[in-house]
Amino acid sequence: MNIPFILLQCATFFYLISTAGYFCYLFHQKNRIQQTALGALGIGAVVHLFAIVLQSAALGGLPIYTLAQSLSMAGLSLAAMFIYTQYRFRLKILGVYATAMISVLMLASLFLPEVAKAPDKIYKGIFFFGHIILIFSGEAMLALACGAGILYLLQEQGIKGKSPGFFFKRLPSLDFLDAVSYTCITTGFALLTFGLVTGLIYARSAWGNFWQWDVKEVFSLGAWLVYAALLHLRLYSGWRGRNSAIMSVIGFIILIFTFLGVNFFLGGHHQGFTQ
Amino acid sequence: MPKIILIGASHKTAPVELREKLSFSQEQIETALEFIKQDSGIKEGLVFSTCNRLEFLYIPKNSDVNNIDRVDAVLAFISELKQLPVSEFKPSLYIHTDDDAIRHLFCVAASLDSMVVGEPQILGQVKKAYKTALRVGTTGVLLNRLMHKSFSVAKRVRKQTGIGDNAVSISYAAIELAHKIFADLATKSVMLIGAGEMAELAVEHLMTHQVEKIVVANRTFKNALELARKFNGQAVQYEERESVLADVDIIISSTGATDYVLTRDQVKGIMKKRQHKTLFFIDIAVPRDIDPRINKISNVYVYDIDDLRNIVETNISQRAQETIMAQRFVEEALLAFRRWLDELAVVPTIKAINRKMTDIVNLECEKTLAGLRHLSKDDVESIRRMTKAIASRAIHDPILFLRNTGDHRDDSLYLNIARQLFNLDIPDHNY
Repeated sequence: MNIPFILLQCATFFYLISTAGYFCYLFHQKNRIQQTALGALGIGAVVHLFAIVLQSAALGGLPIYTLAQSLSMAGLSLAAMFIYTQYRFRLKILGVYATAMISVLMLASLFLPEVAKAPDKIYKGIFFFGHIILIFSGEAMLALACGAGILYLLQEQGIKGKSPGFFFKRLPSLDFLDAVSYTCITTGFALLTFGLVTGLIYARSAWGNFWQWDVKEVFSLGAWLVYAALLHLRLYSGWRGRNSAIMSVIGFIILIFTFLGVNFFLGGHHQGFTQ
Repeated sequence: MPKIILIGASHKTAPVELREKLSFSQEQIETALEFIKQDSGIKEGLVFSTCNRLEFLYIPKNSDVNNIDRVDAVLAFISELKQLPVSEFKPSLYIHTDDDAIRHLFCVAASLDSMVVGEPQILGQVKKAYKTALRVGTTGVLLNRLMHKSFSVAKRVRKQTGIGDNAVSISYAAIELAHKIFADLATKSVMLIGAGEMAELAVEHLMTHQVEKIVVANRTFKNALELARKFNGQAVQYEERESVLADVDIIISSTGATDYVLTRDQVKGIMKKRQHKTLFFIDIAVPRDIDPRINKISNVYVYDIDDLRNIVETNISQRAQETIMAQRFVEEALLAFRRWLDELAVVPTIKAINRKMTDIVNLECEKTLAGLRHLSKDDVESIRRMTKAIASRAIHDPILFLRNTGDHRDDSLYLNIARQLFNLDIPDHNY
């Protein structure tokens, strides 16, 4: 019996309950519904973590060797980071976006055909693990920044267009959404930076040089530069609000392409992780 | 029976652009009152113009079917004064007569017809319009009574319903929006341009949210100083308003200016200086003070008085119960006024019947007494008293019947019959 797989199914089940709960909350705005949804997400994340620990023990390394495993890892990172932001900002409505994304990741992970791959012994060591955990956590934070950015754009459209509509009462102030998005970007950017640095150090130890102009490396650098530019523009040219929200969405689209698109379409030495 | 006519345009029938064009200045109101005074077809009248409505309330001398009670003359006057073809504004007008006109006036005074139901300013504006008409001398018994009745209805509505609560006001709508733009109003600064009552109210609301700073800019610096002192704020010269934009977050504008007091280019220039930090303009002036194109600038939001309506409507629906009660007060007042009007129409007939009977009695009594010279003075007086009493008792029941107006009966029919029965409409009596 594949216990980790059953646990992943259980986690997905809880994530789906949580997603349904958050969608209910979107319409009914009852705190009890939101708390139940968050509780389901928490249980799902614990079960998910336990499954990954079991998988890691079985593989002798982090389960990120196949696309299914990578998506599952992304799902757990997003769940963990959402719980953290929830604790910090209490932006409840963001749960609609976060849980929906987690559910999609987990369903894709479960339904992808299983690829039997023996773990490569080269993918070991503190820098490799650090690289993986930091990159996944950073990207999860940037995904949440994108979510907050989308919520900002929705609220802004209502206020600017003078037809407040469905979201007006359900969303907080533009200032607050901008602050959440900005904090997620700075945190995500810092994690991404450390993730890239540990990746460079790992590359030096594994292949003898820091930088190999691999396609994934180039796109990762591109995504990093987009966020660096956004933060710079915010600090020195006052890029905030709408511009910042749009940039957070664009930045995340580049990240998704770097995570999946590059491996699928352009190849490179990260391609193996998404088979 | 006197006819009451009300011609008007408000936020419910005319867009802000048209209301801007139709808006009357105080001088124009006085010109309009002079027109009413000069127009031989109008007995009494007053003109009422606020940022959201223009209304002509008048009583024509004679109800003329062909000229629809001077409506065309009033429209032609507005057209000439505002240099607007009648066809441009006529479709946006409403014309109420009699009970509908009275009901409308009561609703306006009680702020039931306002864009923001329950706003307290409207009563002051109605009173001001009445005072102006009183000064020019275009009001009479009927309008005086009608206007005083409208004030008392408004007072009753304000006192006995929750319609005037702060929750239902233009300023509340603006504050609600400010809360959706800014996370914490306590860290925000406000600039007040102009010193209108509604703007003051908005600032008072903001004060309850403890905004950080209030700056007042006004054409008359003395007024700016007074207002700033009231809010414990800072007064600046009117010309400084552009530079002050760099330091404030919310701008409430309510000047009487005919042009924009802040343009798109001015705000665009200042946005760089303020590092693109959000600016929120609340424009409660008509004509508008803030260039609406400013809303297109990133991180800048402009709401004019019409825009605030959507938010206000939600609040109004929450006050629906209060409005129902207020409308009951209006209907009660309307009935009372109608009763008075009907009585007013009956009085001349009763007086005429009394006069005719007195004349007949006096004539016949004197004729008879002329042949009874042997009677003592006391006897003559007794006979005179008796004949008067007979006359009085003879017409007592008909008069009581005429006085008993209302009950949905057609009083004009009975008045006509009474006048014909007593032959009252022939001036030269030959008894």
